Amino acid sequence: MKTEKIISVQNLTKMFGDFTAVKNISFDVYKGEIFGFLGANGAGKTTAMKMLIGISKPTSGSSTVAGLDVATQTEKVKKSIGYMSQRFSLYDDLTIRENINFFGGIYGLSRDQIRQKSARLIESLGLQKESKKLVKSLPLGWKQKLAFSISLLHEPKIVFLDEPTGGVDPITRRQFWELIYAEADKGTTIFVTTHYMDEAEYCDRVSIMAEGEIEALDSPKKLKKQYNTNSMDGVFLKLARNVE
Amino acid sequence: MKRFIGFVRKEFFHIFRDKRSMFILFGMPIVQILLFGFAITNEINNVEIAILDNSKDNETRKIIQKINASPYFNIETEVLSEKHIETVLKKGKVKAILVFESNFAEKLEIKKLANVQIITDATDPNTANTISNYVQSILQNHQQLLNKNARIPYQISVQTQLQYNPELKGVFNFVPGVMTVILMLVSAMMTSISITREKELGTMEILLVSPLKPFQVIIGKVFPYIFLSIINALVILVLGFLVFEMPIEGSYLLLAFETILFIVTALSLGILISTISQTQQTAMMISLMGLMLPVILLSEFIFPISSMPLPLQYISNIIPAKWFIVILKGIMLKGVGLQFLWKETLILLGMTVFFIVLSVKKYKIRLE
Repeated sequence: MKTEKIISVQNLTKMFGDFTAVKNISFDVYKGEIFGFLGANGAGKTTAMKMLIGISKPTSGSSTVAGLDVATQTEKVKKSIGYMSQRFSLYDDLTIRENINFFGGIYGLSRDQIRQKSARLIESLGLQKESKKLVKSLPLGWKQKLAFSISLLHEPKIVFLDEPTGGVDPITRRQFWELIYAEADKGTTIFVTTHYMDEAEYCDRVSIMAEGEIEALDSPKKLKKQYNTNSMDGVFLKLARNVE
Repeated sequence: MKRFIGFVRKEFFHIFRDKRSMFILFGMPIVQILLFGFAITNEINNVEIAILDNSKDNETRKIIQKINASPYFNIETEVLSEKHIETVLKKGKVKAILVFESNFAEKLEIKKLANVQIITDATDPNTANTISNYVQSILQNHQQLLNKNARIPYQISVQTQLQYNPELKGVFNFVPGVMTVILMLVSAMMTSISITREKELGTMEILLVSPLKPFQVIIGKVFPYIFLSIINALVILVLGFLVFEMPIEGSYLLLAFETILFIVTALSLGILISTISQTQQTAMMISLMGLMLPVILLSEFIFPISSMPLPLQYISNIIPAKWFIVILKGIMLKGVGLQFLWKETLILLGMTVFFIVLSVKKYKIRLE
C-alpha cells in the first residue's frame, strides 16, 4: 500500500467572477500511484490541475506538491513536475531531436545529459530513422508518445497529463498506457485527467468531479462495488444522475 | 544563459522555416523601398500633353518647342478645334491641353497681353496641380526672356531655397516612412503573432509550467526580432543610399540608438497586443488595423498632418511612428543631434514604458 503523500490539497477553491469553477476540494495523492482525475467537460478538472502546476492562482485553499507549497515555492514545484497538455505540446516545425534539445535545455539539463537521454528516448520509441524529421510529419499517436517521453526528460517526481489520449485510436491508447505503467513502475507518480471511462479502470485510484466538487474518490474496484455496477461507466452515470 | 540561447535558437528555427515570416522579414523591406521609391512619386515625368494652337505663329512655336524640350512633357497630339478638347481628355492618355488664343504673337506685340489656357485632367488632382505649376513656370521663364530689355517699375523678386531636400525628391520622404512601417510590421505584428501562436498551439502552457519565468519566455521570444529588425533597418538604409542617394547627415550612433528605441517601442506594443489576443488571427487583425493603418495614414509618411482636421492631428500624437519619422528626418536630412530631438525621444521612451507596464498588468490579470 502506498502511503507517502506526494500531493496534498486542502480546501482548494477557484472562482471566476460569480462562477465557482472549483468548490472547496481536498484530496491526497500517494507517491508512485496512477491517480485518475475524471469528470465531464466543464466539471473543473483542468482548472484544478492548473492550480496544482502553478499556472493558475487559487481563490482560496492551499496545496503542496512534492512536499513544496505551490503558492510560495512555485519555481521549485515546476522543477519537480512534468506536464503534458490536452492539446499537442511539441513544436511541429522542429525536428524530434530539436524538440528534445529545446525542452531538455529549458529544464536546465546539461548538453551531455541531453545527448544521452535523447539517444535513449529515441531508441526506446523506435524513432531512430525519424529523429531528423519534423514532428509535423509524425502520426498523432507517435507525437503523443513523444510528448509524454519529453515531459519525463528531467526525471520529475510527478507527471501531470491533461487528457493525453484525446483523439487517438484505441490501440495507440493502449500503447500509451503501457508507457504510463512503465513510468509508474519506476516510482513516478502519474496524475492523469481523462474522460475515457475505460482508462479510468487502469488507474490505482480515481476521483470523479462534477460541478466543481469531488463526488467520489477511491479505487475503481471499490467504486464499482459502492455503486453496485460492473463498469466505471456505470459509476459515472449513477453519479451524474445524483448530481442532477 | 544557456537556456536563453536554446530558446532563441528555437525561435530562429520557427522564423526560418516559415516562408511567410521570411517573406515579411526580408522580401517586404526591399519590395516596399523600391515600390515607394520608383512607383509612387509626386514628381512628374514624360506627361503627355496636347496643344490647341489657334495662332500658329512664331511666338507660340517657340513656347511649344520649349515645353517639348523639357523632360516633364511629351507633346503627343495637336487638337484641331475647341470641340475636340473633351474627346482628347476623355481618352485619358493626354493629361493636359494647352490652348493658345488666336493672333497670339500679334496681341503680345501690340496689347502686351496674350492668353494661354491650361486645361488639365483633374481626376488626379495632385498631378493636375503639378502639371499646371510646371507649365506656368515654363511660360514665366519665356516671359522673362521677352522682358529682358524692358524695365518694370516695381518688382518683387522671390528667391526660393529648398533646404534639406533641394531637388524635392519624394523618396527622401518615403525612406524614413518605409523604414518606420517595416520596423512596426516586423517588431509589433510578427512578435504578437509569434507569441499568440504559442498560446494557440498550447505550447505556451508548457513553457509556463517549465522553470522558465514568464518574462524569460517573453524576452526569449522578442529577442530574435530585435536582431532581425536591426538587420532590416540596415538593409533599408543601405538601399536608400545606394539606389536613391538618401543621405545620412547626422550621427550614425544617434540614428542607431533611436532606431533601437523605436524597435523596442514596437516590440512592447507587440507584447501588449499578444496579451489581449488569444489567436494569431486576432493578433494580426489588431496589428494591421490598429497599427499599420494609423502608421501609414497619421504619421506624416504620406499625408501631411498639418493639413488634417484638428481631431486627427490630436490623435496623430499618440502614434509612436509619427515621432520616429520626425526623428529620422531630423537625423538623416537635417543632420541635427539630440538637442533638437530630445522631446521626441522622451515621448517614445515614455510610450515604451507605458506599453510594458500595461502588458505586465494585463498579463497578471490573465494569470489570476
